[in-house]
Amino acid sequence: MHESSRSGRRLHPLPLRIMHWVNAVVMLVMITSGWGIYDDDVIIRGFHFGSFWRLGDWAAWSLNWHFAGMWFLAINGLIYLGYGLVTGRFREKLFPIRPAELVQTVVDTLHFRIAHDDLTIYNAVQKLLYIVVILAGIAQVVTGLAIWKPVQFSGLVAALGGFQTARVLHFAGMAVIVGFLVVHVTLALLVPKTLLAMLSGGPRLGVSAPDKEEPAR
Amino acid sequence: MRSRFRPDTIPDASVLESHKPLIRSLERRGLIRGGVSLGALAMLTGCDVDRPESVESALLAISRFNDTVQAWLFDPNRLAPTYPESMILRPPKFNAYYDVTEVKPVDGASWRLELAGLVADKRPWTLADLHALPQRAMVIKHICVEGWSYIGGWTGVPLRTLLERCGADLRARYVAFKTADDYPSSIDMATALHPQTLLALKYGDETLADPFGYPVRLRMATKLGYKNPKWVTAIEVTNTYPGGFWEAKGFPWFAGL
Repeated sequence: MHESSRSGRRLHPLPLRIMHWVNAVVMLVMITSGWGIYDDDVIIRGFHFGSFWRLGDWAAWSLNWHFAGMWFLAINGLIYLGYGLVTGRFREKLFPIRPAELVQTVVDTLHFRIAHDDLTIYNAVQKLLYIVVILAGIAQVVTGLAIWKPVQFSGLVAALGGFQTARVLHFAGMAVIVGFLVVHVTLALLVPKTLLAMLSGGPRLGVSAPDKEEPAR
Repeated sequence: MRSRFRPDTIPDASVLESHKPLIRSLERRGLIRGGVSLGALAMLTGCDVDRPESVESALLAISRFNDTVQAWLFDPNRLAPTYPESMILRPPKFNAYYDVTEVKPVDGASWRLELAGLVADKRPWTLADLHALPQRAMVIKHICVEGWSYIGGWTGVPLRTLLERCGADLRARYVAFKTADDYPSSIDMATALHPQTLLALKYGDETLADPFGYPVRLRMATKLGYKNPKWVTAIEVTNTYPGGFWEAKGFPWFAGL
């Protein structure tokens, strides 16, 4: 009975869509306010973010945005991880990744043969990218905690290689997430039905047998 | 009775009453001027003003919530990592809201540390009095809110020792500082009593140099750099939130490491 009620669920169930868009907004807040904080003491000499790219008109407000956004990012992220693990979505959507399949997808992509007829199945590159960005998100919270509270979490800071190393790792994690974002948003715009699916829920899953299809109340 | 934190004579309350019309007209004028310039600014930039008041107050509310969380995270028994003396950066980094060339040296001989608020014995302290108290040395990391850091060695009187000697109410909420460079600051009592919170008199083995707060500055291993006022001239123990120089401009108050 449980199976049949689950069979009609959409590709992106409502809770997941809410979490996705909350995360999208909060990530942008964290990234752009982080750029505002970065500009006061740069890691890469000579490299600044222009004021257009910074959230907060100066460091105090960039900090306040960052320290407000962190709660939404962490709580939303924790719920997402719990949801992905409990519902089996991670296992179902992101695993397994076969190396041969990965190579084939890369080759196909380079030849502009990108298959996107079936939104419900992620190819090996997609799976890898999603795993990388989820891990990067977790890493940002961990390195962020280290540079926010380097005395209370001094063990964590030592494990990361010291305060300045943790700071560089926090910056590198941002770079990974921004890199993902560029690819992710570009592809979503190239294949608009993926974007629409994240708004409406997308196709229903497991409705191959017509008798299983139940009217939506 | 005299306190650096309060005016010597309290203004008469009738002043408010007699100036009410003037204040009201000023407010109205300010509102109109503000509205006009805000509109002009919006037209010039062609976009929304970056920080509307509602957003600002929401961010400040979360910042105050974060102060509470930070106080809860603060472990009074946890010591910040310390480093060997060989790692001390000499001289330390100078940082203030003005340039190092604008530092106004303080005369140690005539300097007095005044006490105010919830303190039993408000007699001012001389530099010699502080040197006579037990000293503690620590080699700790200075971490600036901007992101940079360095290792510094500080020697001085634990603030706890001074607060105990002058009979301060150790259950009060705040310890506030006034300085010769007009840089008010304040901290929570738990941090004030932490063993790595010093009224520093020396950097390494040498007397503090002028740009770094001679004769006395606050040094805490558990707070960001901007919470460490230099050239301290007065300390007040209070239950009323005292704020601080950067806090008034929007920076977080607790700023614990």
